[in-house]
Amino acid sequence: MKIELSQVSRWYGNVVAVNDVTMTIGPGVTGLLGPNGAGKSTLLHMMAGFLAPSNGTVTLDGTRVWKNHHIYRNIGLVPEREGVYGFLTGWQFVLSAARLHSLPDPVEAARKALATVEMEEPKDRRVETYSKGMRQRVKVAAALVHDPAILLLDEPFNGMDPRQRLHLMDLIRAMGTAGKTILFSSHILEEVERVAQHIEVLVAGRHAASGNFREIRRLMTDRPHLFMIRSSDDRKLAAALVRDGSTGGITLRPDGLEVQATEFRRFARLLPRVARDEGVRLHQVSPADEDLESVFSYLINRST
Amino acid sequence: MNTVVAGITYRALLGRRRIILLLLLPLALIGLAVLFRVFGNGDQRTAVLLLQNFAIGTMLPLLGLIAGTGVIAPEIDDGTIIHLMSKPISRPVIVQTKFLVAASLLALFAAVPTYVSGWLLVRGEDGIAAGFAVGTLVAGIAYAAVFLLLGIVTRHAVTIGIVYALVWESLVGNLIPGARKFSIQHWGQSIADQLTDSPFFKSDVTLGFAVPALLAVTVAAVLWAGHRLRSFSLTGDE
Repeated sequence: MKIELSQVSRWYGNVVAVNDVTMTIGPGVTGLLGPNGAGKSTLLHMMAGFLAPSNGTVTLDGTRVWKNHHIYRNIGLVPEREGVYGFLTGWQFVLSAARLHSLPDPVEAARKALATVEMEEPKDRRVETYSKGMRQRVKVAAALVHDPAILLLDEPFNGMDPRQRLHLMDLIRAMGTAGKTILFSSHILEEVERVAQHIEVLVAGRHAASGNFREIRRLMTDRPHLFMIRSSDDRKLAAALVRDGSTGGITLRPDGLEVQATEFRRFARLLPRVARDEGVRLHQVSPADEDLESVFSYLINRST
Repeated sequence: MNTVVAGITYRALLGRRRIILLLLLPLALIGLAVLFRVFGNGDQRTAVLLLQNFAIGTMLPLLGLIAGTGVIAPEIDDGTIIHLMSKPISRPVIVQTKFLVAASLLALFAAVPTYVSGWLLVRGEDGIAAGFAVGTLVAGIAYAAVFLLLGIVTRHAVTIGIVYALVWESLVGNLIPGARKFSIQHWGQSIADQLTDSPFFKSDVTLGFAVPALLAVTVAAVLWAGHRLRSFSLTGDE
């Protein structure tokens, strides 16, 4: 099954949260990557039928998602907010999900779902006594109980310890391999890279990039990079670098050189060679803008 | 009606401290009836005063507010409602189930104590106990529907509900005779009046107005609540 978004926008008053996004989420694992506030949750809520698009359409295999409770036969949703009744035990919570789905054998379905997330042992404790990671897993179990073809997870790894995180990653990968359509949102590139075969990048409400993780990585490394360089003779090095076309601009500062490299790979090969030829000793070469925010801001500017 | 939704709703309302809120006022009502009885005021006039002013006039709107908003507003606040709404159950069915839960709680915590306190004071005399119990029940059902709707349309349901219950129903309803026509508790009193022969009690809203009004308000509120829940939106933190 697949979810299709066609020219979807959503605004709140004057604030545009999602801006003209068109994408198709098909079988396999898709990661929705973007910094906080990029509109990931808004987009996910629209896919899950919990928010009407201000413009455009969201469909599940051709049928409209908004105001259509039948979609939940095929969709499992793991919301970011806690959303778990604290007074129920884990078992009661997942069993209630199975019964709300009117499954033929709710007890067996609940047992299986809890086993999938390794929550059999604490299942008879009240949810309010659980850690954040345990609550997250119980939510995943409740979302999986009817074996949905589509699973939507909003920041599923938040608050999990490393072991639980790895376990959920394995689980998501396995379900993706089994042909389910899975979409999860995250603001951490490494997380998305490890799990998703396909990545959709959302920045400031815009669909900034799309592809497998190699393509996204390349996009992110091939952008102009800013380096801080300190050497034994900054002036001489700058003069030599300017002669080559792979640098966009060089600024001589009291504490070193600031070099804008237009082609990352070429510059990476060029710099040591030039330094050697000119007899300049390099003391420090450090990327000045390697954080995700600058990667994202590059992607925004590229897409506008 | 969905039994799983009903079960979770009952547990949410009765399993936590809210049950104390639900018990407080009915216990006060019965306590007052016992006091009047013990100190020799167990007459019809006292019974009517107590049931009209305290049972229907004060306890019922407040319990209606606690039960009506309590079946849904806390779930909307903390996001747990998503658990029910992300299932293949129509939203109006969720609303109808929650309405029935609230109405049943009002029958138990408002109508039954009303009957008990009436009976404590005057036994079965002139149908006072039974009349007020039925009036409380019917008005309680309408309150359940209205406050349930309020719990869905606004996050300030309790504040608005208290203002409505205290200012409109009690103050305006008692000071401006015409306003009584548009007060749920006076519709309930009209029904109680119909079933009571006591000379101490006379409702000033006719039955011919009260019954259609109660029906219309209840049905409209439940339908509108279902409609509003269908377009329930998660706005998120962004």
